[in-house]
Amino acid sequence: MAEDVLSREELPIAREDDVVFVRRRVRAIASEQKLDSFATAAVTTATSELTRNVWVHARGGTAVIEQIREGARVGMRVTFRDSGPGIADVERVLRGGFSTARSMGLGLSGSRRLVDALTVESEVGKGTTVTFVKWKAF
Amino acid sequence: MSAIPILRLGHVLLVNVNVELDDEIATRMQNDVLLAIERWEAEGLVIDISGLEVVDSYVARILAETGQMTKLMGTRCVVCGMRPEVAATLTRMGYQMSGVMTALNLADGLSLLGYKLERV
Repeated sequence: MAEDVLSREELPIAREDDVVFVRRRVRAIASEQKLDSFATAAVTTATSELTRNVWVHARGGTAVIEQIREGARVGMRVTFRDSGPGIADVERVLRGGFSTARSMGLGLSGSRRLVDALTVESEVGKGTTVTFVKWKAF
Repeated sequence: MSAIPILRLGHVLLVNVNVELDDEIATRMQNDVLLAIERWEAEGLVIDISGLEVVDSYVARILAETGQMTKLMGTRCVVCGMRPEVAATLTRMGYQMSGVMTALNLADGLSLLGYKLERV
């Protein structure tokens, strides 16, 4: 991975309101990067889903929003980190239709369909880190 | 935290969602709408979401559920004005808002319920 990080900000996910706050920041940065309106809606919605996951499953964590550049292309990378219960079967969750709490089970699988790359690292009892990347279309 | 106003237009209730919905506001809106339907014996409900730039799966589920709940009560519900970006995002996520009538805009939503808006 040879991306340059152009900017980085870390936001807490400590209250339900932070779902709205974090996605607003992602939206603002997406428009700063001049992502088109569909890509902006995609990253904003994915952020909403993933921030809510952190809040619902772990009751707290952080979101790190980065503007990145790789060669000629620029994009956003957002990382959601929590110290919650972790996910036992990541593959199954990513396939979708799987839900433990009050969600549609679309949080991870749906978000993955909205971005260019989404990775999940999770250890049961330790926590979960979800990272997505969305590149700006030329 | 402010509630979303519910307007009466004849026998139809009109909800214009023009604030960003967090979980609490969305749930409260759902309850308020159901109570208003009972109170005013509304024949229809139109939820205008043209002001929403983001509809995640939680809010989409609240809207779909509201449609199902109003149907159980014997009233029809139309969700209108969904923005192109929202429609594309929900569909790409794999979300189906099944069971809810949708309309392009408020006028079409009202006419689906049998009310015509005409130029005077």
